[in-house]
Amino acid sequence: MIHFVILLSRQGKVRLTKWYSPYQQKERATVIRELSGLILSRGPKLCNFVEWKGYKVVYRRYASLYFCMCIDQDDNELEILEIIHHFVEILDRYFGSVCELDLIFNFHKAYYILDEILIAGELQESSKKTVARLIAAQDTMVETAKEEAGSISNMISQAM
Amino acid sequence: MNPFSSGTRLRDMIRAIRACKTAAEERAVVRKECAAIRSAISESDQGYRHRNIAKLMFIHMLGYPTHFGQMECLKLIASAGFPEKRIGYLGLMLLLDERQEVLMLVTNSLKQDLNHSNQYIVGLALCALGNICSTEMARDLAPEVERLLLSRDPNIKKKAALCSIRIIRKVPDLAENFLSLAATLLKEKHHGVLISGVQLCTDLCKVSEDASNYLRKNCTEGLVRILKDVSSSPYSPEFDIAGITDPFLHIRVLRLMRMCGQGDSDTSEYINDILAQVASKTELNKNAGNAILYECVETIMGIEATSGLRVLAINILGRFLSNRDNNIRYVALNMLIKAVAVDSQAVQRHRTTILECVKDSDASIRKRALELVYLLVNDINVKPLTKELIDYLEVVDHDFKGDLTAKICSIVEKFSQEKKWYIDQMFKVLSLAGNYVKDNVWHALIVVISNAPDLQGYSVRSLYKAFYTSPEQVSLVRVTVWCIGEYGEMLVNNIGVLEVEEPMTVTESDAVDVLEARLISHSSDTATRSMSLIALLKLSSRFPPTSGRVKEIITVHKGSFVLELQQRAIEFNSIIQRHQNIKSSLVERMPVLDESTVIVKRAGPSQASISTEKSNQQPPSGTSLKLPNGVAKPAAAPLVDLLDLSSDDTPVSAPTSNDFLHDLLGIDLTNSSSGIAPASGTDILMDLLSIGTPPVQSNTSPEISSDKGLSLITKPASNSVHVVDLLDGLTSNGYLPEVHIPVYSSITAFQSSTLKITFSFTKQPDKPQVTQILATFINLSFDAYTDFVFQAAVPKFVKLHLDPASSNHLPSNGNGAVTQTVTVTNGQHGQKSLAMRIRIAYKVNNQEKLELGQINNFPPGL
Repeated sequence: MIHFVILLSRQGKVRLTKWYSPYQQKERATVIRELSGLILSRGPKLCNFVEWKGYKVVYRRYASLYFCMCIDQDDNELEILEIIHHFVEILDRYFGSVCELDLIFNFHKAYYILDEILIAGELQESSKKTVARLIAAQDTMVETAKEEAGSISNMISQAM
Repeated sequence: MNPFSSGTRLRDMIRAIRACKTAAEERAVVRKECAAIRSAISESDQGYRHRNIAKLMFIHMLGYPTHFGQMECLKLIASAGFPEKRIGYLGLMLLLDERQEVLMLVTNSLKQDLNHSNQYIVGLALCALGNICSTEMARDLAPEVERLLLSRDPNIKKKAALCSIRIIRKVPDLAENFLSLAATLLKEKHHGVLISGVQLCTDLCKVSEDASNYLRKNCTEGLVRILKDVSSSPYSPEFDIAGITDPFLHIRVLRLMRMCGQGDSDTSEYINDILAQVASKTELNKNAGNAILYECVETIMGIEATSGLRVLAINILGRFLSNRDNNIRYVALNMLIKAVAVDSQAVQRHRTTILECVKDSDASIRKRALELVYLLVNDINVKPLTKELIDYLEVVDHDFKGDLTAKICSIVEKFSQEKKWYIDQMFKVLSLAGNYVKDNVWHALIVVISNAPDLQGYSVRSLYKAFYTSPEQVSLVRVTVWCIGEYGEMLVNNIGVLEVEEPMTVTESDAVDVLEARLISHSSDTATRSMSLIALLKLSSRFPPTSGRVKEIITVHKGSFVLELQQRAIEFNSIIQRHQNIKSSLVERMPVLDESTVIVKRAGPSQASISTEKSNQQPPSGTSLKLPNGVAKPAAAPLVDLLDLSSDDTPVSAPTSNDFLHDLLGIDLTNSSSGIAPASGTDILMDLLSIGTPPVQSNTSPEISSDKGLSLITKPASNSVHVVDLLDGLTSNGYLPEVHIPVYSSITAFQSSTLKITFSFTKQPDKPQVTQILATFINLSFDAYTDFVFQAAVPKFVKLHLDPASSNHLPSNGNGAVTQTVTVTNGQHGQKSLAMRIRIAYKVNNQEKLELGQINNFPPGL
């Protein structure tokens, strides 16, 4: 299983973290620090797998972001690379040429997307189209609810 | 609703934080926002809860504490609207972890949401449950999830399946509930459901043996069908990745097949064909294809495959190895390490490629390749392989050098068939990477050299040459110094020249030069210098003309700040000056060291670790133990571990074989080692000699003292009549025993946890055979002893006379002592030494107690 997902900027700032195994808050901070040091210092030609504390961490750099996923020893690293790419492509389609800034200001949307791809550290959906459709449907629901709320408050404020 | 009441919008807050130039500024902004959020929470402001939680999540990602927002998440989850629930669940998953008790409060909301009519809300709940539920929550909500597995909506089904995975991981007992449901999932067509379903089945197999059997029986057919369909399906843009339809599904099905086929030959046979098909059809050039092939190879290795299939798998790995992509090579090396266990021959074919990988620029690949090479070494290929590795050792980076050296050393040790080859390789390694070589390795080398008399000349000459090329390698220097000391005359007189050697002339003063240089050089540490001092002493005896020069060199160090060096210098100086006659016997060639220890290491690495553990308990080499009478002893040198004596057991009080003492006294010097002094009664030595193995150096004297409390003797006999300075103490590795000032000092004859007996001796000058012993008894326990009776027994040639004791009441805690005079007459004085068996009886707390002992540590010459 995937134990956690971390998105790191080149300067070591955390853009997204998702934990599928029990890590306490302090442990999480330590893990992030360690992995930042380990991964950010690796050269570009080296392989994308790092051994860390009995786990394997698969990472890939997209522009200024490092996408890192920590897996067990017996998992398929090449598949995880594909899952990372899957995630990035869906983000790309959703945001339209996604960049780091998109992920900073719309982090909650990035999380929603991740939740449609992975649950319990396992892959949920291999079809990008399906994921996009589900996200779009939920976004529509949010929009509709906001509009309704807006219109009700309008009515109330107009009535007052 | 006042649009200004709740402060900034999320976007503005993020902008403000990003605009901060310093950490302090950022902290200030964050603090302000947190304060606003906190007041909004306490006022139960409904309107901007959504936004506040979003802000709180961002602040949490920056690393600030946000626990005050946890209850807000719960309230959001409990609200009716979808947007609130959505952000509430997200906040829950981000701000809480499963160990927080607040999580329990969500159980009810989760239950309601799992039964909601809105499918998306059900989805939210399943997602949250699947990501962070605790064991209790899993147990509580499992029935709901089971029900949802039967839902019609594939979105719900797939989420429920993954949620079930978490549930059975947390509560393995519930696995059986999910079994049949999971099996039905495999009949679905929807890819998302298939993927989750297959994953659920895989986890069920991991968790429960029954599940594994059930799935094996019922689902294998279905799995093969799924794989066939997906691998032969036409192009589908929705699932296509790099020309392959849904590689994720491929991989998961392959994995489940592996779990089913493991250990079961029928299933393995059944899936043979489809595996072969996938393995041969899939293309190698894209990562997706490689991922599938990798999983395929893993599956083939994991089941009971036919040999044809295995060969196919290893060939795929071979192709991986030559791929330029680092990832693929890494993965291949990993797999090959596992494959070696299965089919070593096939892997051997790829040896050259693997060797290339050892030299790769990527550290992970290098490490893996080295491990693999180590597994591939056998008697046939060991020589070329070692040559390659040693060649590489010259150019390797520092961080990798240690690993590589260790591996080379252990390969050479394990597989060396001839001593000469072994010695050659070790010399090369020492000159290239001596600093990384561990102590036990070069000790083993010394043992081997001492066991190969025909190669000793060759060794010392090669070392001498190597020394000039790489003087900075510490272990090389030490081995060289030792060899020059021991085999100096072979070096100078070109004894035992092998055909392959070039002629070389080394004069005596050259040899001394080398040693002097080591002594003086700043880069030598204390151990090296100590060894040089001893080697110099040996040379002064082997090459008498250099004696004067050696003496000068040694004298310089009499004032050294390092205690060990100073002591040695003083002692050796006094040997050279005053004890010319025994000097040669002192520094005689060391006896052959016991090679069985080195062979023991070959057989089992665990042994070596046992011995190294023992050495860790002993004082580090170079320090000395101080004995009660202030004379220090050389500490246990690491060679002791090699000797791995029956020092597992506590030293046995061996019978006082006086022949042993005979030998030590110099009557038969060819057998005795230089420096095994007649330490009368050091048990370890007696053990060794009575066993009859070549007299081994033993430095376990510290061990003895810790084991039994027998202090080590340091009494060389001599009085004015006998000039024999019997050197006490034990040596190893060329450490010389000290020369002791001739005095009869008292000994601790017997020591247990409750009683200590010391003997002090006086002799009358006209009666050398008679010794008066004053025995002092000290009570070490907390209770007083009464009716104290001391009895002694002596060998036949000794006469014993016991005077009455001063009292038979021994106060506790050494508050008083009882003394008793014992007169012994040694009928064979000068030939045999004293020994005594003692028996002490006393009463403590109205209980009779008896202690028995044997005293072997009488000073010789009594």
